[in-house]
Amino acid sequence: MKLDKPKLVVVGNGMAGIRTVEELLKLSPGLYDITVFGAEPHPNYNRILLSPVLAGEQTFDDIVLNTREWYAEKHITLHTGKKVVKIDRRARCVETDDGTREPYDRLLLATGSDPFILPVPGKDLEGVITYRDIHDTERMIAAAATHKRAVVIGGGLLGLEAANGLKLRGMEVTVVHLMPWLMERQLDRTAAGLLQRTLEGKGLAFRLEAKTEALLPDATGKRLAAVKLNGGEELPADLVVMAVGIRPNAGLAASAGLHIDRGVVVNDTMQTYDPRIYAVGECVAHRGIAYGLVAPLFEQARVCANHLAQFGIARYSGSQVSTKLKVTGVDLFSAGNFTGGEGSEDIVLSDPGAGVYKRLVLKDDKLIGAVLYGDTVDGAWLFKLIREGTNVAPMRDRIMFGESNLGDTGHQGQSKAAVMPDSAEVCGCNGVCKGAIVNAIKAQGLFTLEDVRKHTKASSSCGSCTGLVEQILMFTAGGDYSAAPTKKSMCGCTDHTHQEVRDAIRQQHLLSIPAVYQFLEWRSPNGCASCRPAINYYLLSTWPHEAKDDPQSRFINERSHANIQKDGTYSVVPRMWGGETNSAELRRIADVVDKYNIPTVKVTGGQRLDLLGVKKEDLPAVWKELDMPSGHAYAKALRTVKTCVGSDWCRFGTQNSTLMGQQLERALWRMYAPHKVKLAVSGCPRNCAESGIKDVGVIGVDSGWEIYVAGNGGIKTEVAEFFCKVKTHEEVLEYSGAFLQLYREEGWYLERTVHFVKRVGLDYCKQRVVEDAANRKALWERLQFALDGEPDPWHEPEKAGVDLKQFIPLVPA
Amino acid sequence: MSYIAICKLEDIPSLGARRYRRDDGKVIAVFRNAEDKVFALQDKCPHKGGPLSQGIVFGESVACPLHNWCIGLDDGKAAAPDEGMTEKFSVRVADGLVELDPWSGVSAPMVCQAEAAE
Ligand code: SRM
Ligand SMILES: Cc1cc2nc3c(=O)[nH]c(=O)nc-3n(C[C@H](O)[C@H](O)[C@H](O)COP(=O)(O)OP(=O)(O)OC[C@H]3O[C@@H](n4cnc5c(N)ncnc54)[C@H](O)[C@@H]3O)c2cc1C
Ligand code: SF4
Ligand code: FES
Repeated sequence: MKLDKPKLVVVGNGMAGIRTVEELLKLSPGLYDITVFGAEPHPNYNRILLSPVLAGEQTFDDIVLNTREWYAEKHITLHTGKKVVKIDRRARCVETDDGTREPYDRLLLATGSDPFILPVPGKDLEGVITYRDIHDTERMIAAAATHKRAVVIGGGLLGLEAANGLKLRGMEVTVVHLMPWLMERQLDRTAAGLLQRTLEGKGLAFRLEAKTEALLPDATGKRLAAVKLNGGEELPADLVVMAVGIRPNAGLAASAGLHIDRGVVVNDTMQTYDPRIYAVGECVAHRGIAYGLVAPLFEQARVCANHLAQFGIARYSGSQVSTKLKVTGVDLFSAGNFTGGEGSEDIVLSDPGAGVYKRLVLKDDKLIGAVLYGDTVDGAWLFKLIREGTNVAPMRDRIMFGESNLGDTGHQGQSKAAVMPDSAEVCGCNGVCKGAIVNAIKAQGLFTLEDVRKHTKASSSCGSCTGLVEQILMFTAGGDYSAAPTKKSMCGCTDHTHQEVRDAIRQQHLLSIPAVYQFLEWRSPNGCASCRPAINYYLLSTWPHEAKDDPQSRFINERSHANIQKDGTYSVVPRMWGGETNSAELRRIADVVDKYNIPTVKVTGGQRLDLLGVKKEDLPAVWKELDMPSGHAYAKALRTVKTCVGSDWCRFGTQNSTLMGQQLERALWRMYAPHKVKLAVSGCPRNCAESGIKDVGVIGVDSGWEIYVAGNGGIKTEVAEFFCKVKTHEEVLEYSGAFLQLYREEGWYLERTVHFVKRVGLDYCKQRVVEDAANRKALWERLQFALDGEPDPWHEPEKAGVDLKQFIPLVPA
Repeated sequence: MSYIAICKLEDIPSLGARRYRRDDGKVIAVFRNAEDKVFALQDKCPHKGGPLSQGIVFGESVACPLHNWCIGLDDGKAAAPDEGMTEKFSVRVADGLVELDPWSGVSAPMVCQAEAAE
């Protein structure tokens, strides 16, 4: 260890403090010489899993988050069992109860909170405990082994989890609660009633609207014997657990003269009034709020680490919280504001027979709160809608049925993670079973969806099982802590969002990737495989004919203009306008297949032929000899325009759909976009070209054409929405083209039209394209300008800037 | 150790790669990064054998084109949490020529998963 490093001292070896250290080490390993003081005699453990330990479902070893080896490996000096009792701000030094002194350059306070103890007579009797740490948990387990009757004071999250654990350990348990229903801060009366019924079914007893007057001693006068309630009732008790709330542990900070208001007051950069002293976790009051759940604390940790690492960009602006009760067999979820108030509306689904109750609270077309009981599959999704302030008006009629009611594939339609056996497949893309995810969460101490994706690959490909993985996280880790940020940065190289990058490119007239990196102060010299392709697209779509394409910032398929296959060969899909071909084309294809020994020819789902297994060296010759345009099957660009035979042949056809499709395809081919774009044109509402699940779907009717947009037939089937009705072919071209240009200019990279329209709203798109004729014409013209002269990479490779040397392997000189 | 000149530095695009096929058929990917440093790895991802030469190069890493594993150009190692390593070769630039020692490969202790499964 170098001596000249600045010293960071952390007071509090708990969840928020160590999380901050972890985030800091990720950003700037080795920046500080770090010392951690913890009052508890243990390394950092997952406090929220104390309840499963109490219930006998996990052991202490299972819930340790950072072993002593971890601290050693990271060169962190750890002092356990030492309480910091003094901060000398002038000397910049802390002092512990055993007289250890440690100087600091930066100090991080993460002292958590203390359980509140009711000021009633008898509160100090033997047998009265609180519920905060592993020591308390062990005392409860010991008491349950030798005693019979327990009373838990407090019917909130902690109290109920304690009661459930003690019951499972064989005690008779009564919960005394001051309020008229349980968990009143998280649940409405109906949901709380269902919860109470379930818990009574498990053998718990309740006294509601009951105030504890005193704790009565036994004959020795030292040990507890009963709890006396305000009505006069006396509940015999060998053990009392007080779970009536927590108080930020701010005493140490107060004694050092820091500003305290409920908790240690911090600003948006997690600094206290002394800029050398940071604070995170439950001990903190940020904008007047002290949080008592892990998700916001982790968000604070991320921001604090950013500043400790001297990046100085992140800001913490407060969090929305959601709650999940960790009692096995109880499915309960609550988030946001469910008491509603002025101007709010409720959507309620109540099926008491099935034990299901759901209440969604809406205000100004936004979801502001949700309570779910009995079926919490959609908790994470609803919470996301709340956090992101999504406009839910368009999905109002469906929102109650959740995200996964339509078209999800790849996990046998499973939607309830809790009842899935360990061997059930959760992620169909990567073949990951529930058991593997649970094990990874436990063994690696994972908290966020991102972590699980990284370690198990589950939900990292097509994402349709995300809801399931989130649920598994909730059950196993007690929550999904991916929650917090509403603003999602583009990738690890920056804190800027896609929108901010798009805006900067337009406003600053940036024309190259290095210029973007420089202006937006990218953290890495040449970005990564995720941001470079995005920025390359933004530059080209914002400044066509001005910004220069950078092939090295394109995924291989777009660099070699063919799709890479699992064995490193490529596939070639020539364009067949509207799915129509002829004998000459078919003959050339057959000749090429023979000449280049192409192993497979397949009819695709997009009405054309795929030649699979072409060697990279053969690509240029294959293209040339096919003498057909590129099908762009490899690109984030216009793919196919599917058509049906239409009025030319079909006895039902009302319009010439084949011609319409070909006109669209000829007008739009070579059009790059944020993601791939697929169109279809059907000649009548029988819709044989499947226009209902395309980015733009056109359906001929007797009086003209109906245009549908933002459909998707892939990972999650989404039915396209009606956009407008027009009369002529020219209008179909103009309206469709203008809509796609809007998407090209404003969509985020890898966002398909369905996601784009969900984000900006269908009404917005209609307003810009359908209602505003001038704007529609301008969009359509800009699209034509962008496509003007755009080369076909297969046949004008030099003009398209294709690096032709890539097709020739190097041989020794 | 015997180096052979395989191409000019400018034959490899910055942040790109070229493939060199050895007499015995083994393909070696030769990379060039933004600082004109060159690296050589067997053209085979430790995951399922993806051709690393076709990946996106950034910093001193390449993202495999098949499933996006990140492989260190300097050591052939997959970035955590993925595990695996691909064979690495000696390569240098002299007088604007890229020189590779095609037989210098340090055998990877781990075979790629696809091979292991066979
Ligand atoms: C070849 C084909 C399968 C076939 O044999 O029929 C195919 C093959 C691939 N599809 Fe597809 N899709 C094919 C039609 C479809 C269709 C049907 C359609 O277009 O009518 C769909 C659903 C419609 C849709 O996109 O809305 C489809 C939805 C997907 C998706 C999911 C997209 C989504 O937004 O949910 C992916 C993954 C992605 O793009 O990220 C995908 C990705 C792929 C990739 C590119 C996987 C990859 O990244 O390597 C496959 C490339 C194989 C290759 O080298 O050719 N493919 N794929 C079809 C080519 C059609 C064509 O002529 O161009
Ligand atoms: C039983 C239980 C169940 C819970 N369930 C959930 C849940 O399901 N979901 C959820 O989000 N949250 C839950 N929580 C809350 C969650 O555990 C806390 O929000 C979180 O642990 C707070 O982190 P922290 O770092 O601020 O405090 P802590 O984790 O409490 O860490 C603070 C540490 O600082 C030490 N310390 C204090 N003062 C000093 C000092 N002067 N010197 C040295 N060390 C000191 C303490 O001993 C303690 O170890 C639960 C809590 C409990 C107790
Ligand atoms: S072609 Fe499409 S559906 Fe088939 S395996 Fe590939 S990505 Fe999946
Ligand atoms: S083969 Fe390289 S990531 Fe899968």
